[in-house]
Amino acid sequence: MTHALVALNAIVLREAQRFVQQRGRFVAALVRPLIWLLVFAAGFRAALGLSIAPPYQTYITYEVYIVPGLCGMILLFNGMQSSLSLVYDREMGSMRLLLTAPLPRWWLLFCRLVASTAISILQAYTFLAVAAAFGIRMPASGYIAVLPALAITGIMLGALGLALSSLIKQLENFAGVMNFVIFPMFFLSTALYPLWKMAESSTLLRDICAVNPFSHAVELIRFALYGQFNAGALGWTALAGIVFFLLAVWGYDPARGLLRRKG
Amino acid sequence: MTGLSICNLSYSYGTRRALDDVSFDVGAGQFAALLGPNGAGKSTLFSLLTRLFAAPDGRIEIDGHDLARAPRAALARIGVVFQQPTLDLDLSVMRNLTYFAALHGLSGRAARSRIEAALERLGMAERAHERVRDLNGGHRRRTEIARCLIHSPSVLLLDEPTVGLDAASRKAITDHVHDLSRDIGLTVLWATHLTDEIKDDDRLLILHRGRLLQNGFAGDLRGPLPLQEHFLMRTAEQR
Repeated sequence: MTHALVALNAIVLREAQRFVQQRGRFVAALVRPLIWLLVFAAGFRAALGLSIAPPYQTYITYEVYIVPGLCGMILLFNGMQSSLSLVYDREMGSMRLLLTAPLPRWWLLFCRLVASTAISILQAYTFLAVAAAFGIRMPASGYIAVLPALAITGIMLGALGLALSSLIKQLENFAGVMNFVIFPMFFLSTALYPLWKMAESSTLLRDICAVNPFSHAVELIRFALYGQFNAGALGWTALAGIVFFLLAVWGYDPARGLLRRKG
Repeated sequence: MTGLSICNLSYSYGTRRALDDVSFDVGAGQFAALLGPNGAGKSTLFSLLTRLFAAPDGRIEIDGHDLARAPRAALARIGVVFQQPTLDLDLSVMRNLTYFAALHGLSGRAARSRIEAALERLGMAERAHERVRDLNGGHRRRTEIARCLIHSPSVLLLDEPTVGLDAASRKAITDHVHDLSRDIGLTVLWATHLTDEIKDDDRLLILHRGRLLQNGFAGDLRGPLPLQEHFLMRTAEQR
């Protein structure tokens, strides 16, 4: 195995070991979407009627509609939590250890992304399993087809977290990320309501939802869960992922010295 | 032959000058103590030496490799102990070290034998499978020093490695690193603000307000005065 792959393997393994040690994090990550699914969706089921729109070929209940969005929610929160842990790591020093490894910095950052995405995917699948246990099932092939969609979404959202972590000065600012990144990104997307529903109340909000990369990530997951391919959603998600990753590499460039704020 | 060479290095945080035209060489196999009060610029210098950030001016060479031009070759030659602990508290000593070895491209049996040798050298072999959280401060530091030996570096950089340790642990770690320099010819740059960690035949670099005030052997520089007194006098002159 080459040096770069040995390091990738170790970084993913370390993230997995940390995750196993933090069982509370796993439960919390699972409880959040389940509350949405079992409480919120049940309450709004009557209020929000949904018409037939691709990839659905028949009328669906609201619980079925929001499952892909809640998978996206897991990836979104995890991507941001991973950014929180980077700020924390940087303060505690283990990020320093990673960044002084004799490998290209972009590769080290990419390894961190892959590691956090792998954990997110594991959580998304656990959520899908629990949802299935409650009777919200997808076609069997959808569970396989969704894997690459989850991976691309995880990388895109992780890269956004990474880019943000290079800009955050202090751990406390994570609350700001929550208010100004996670919530707007989640609520101004197709996770909870389709675009046409949004357009009924405001075309501006619809337009914002339409350009939000998280909407496209959710649609990518939604189509994949029904074994369908959505090229437009993939293109948008991948493009956003590349832009966020380039921003992160720029943010962590030694010559830019953003790390120096931490001293 | 020089293990570490720094030439005209300057660095500013905005308008505040943290390092001002610092130049020095540390010969291969030499133990150099970088002595300076808090805020002298020691940690900034370490961040530049480990390429956490890069200086626009000046040159750093590690074991003959220019850090700006060949960062990977240069970083592969250094072992670092940062001031802040960088161990994962919930993982065992072995797992922490295996992770580090992999960052340097070492895995499997080769990594394991190097880790065992490094732990043995620091007297930590029997604690290999203990969780880092269960170790005392001195043993955690030893683990970090063992860790920075795994990839056989030629230059060790230690940024105030004895901070927060009791007197016995402090002495043990200081002696260990002096031994490493003497026995296996490692070039050592040891940042500290404690004069009792420095021996007369150590190279002494006094850094104050970002400038290098003195550069020579500790015994020669201090003359008849205790090092502490000499240090306080020299830094007081610059106030």
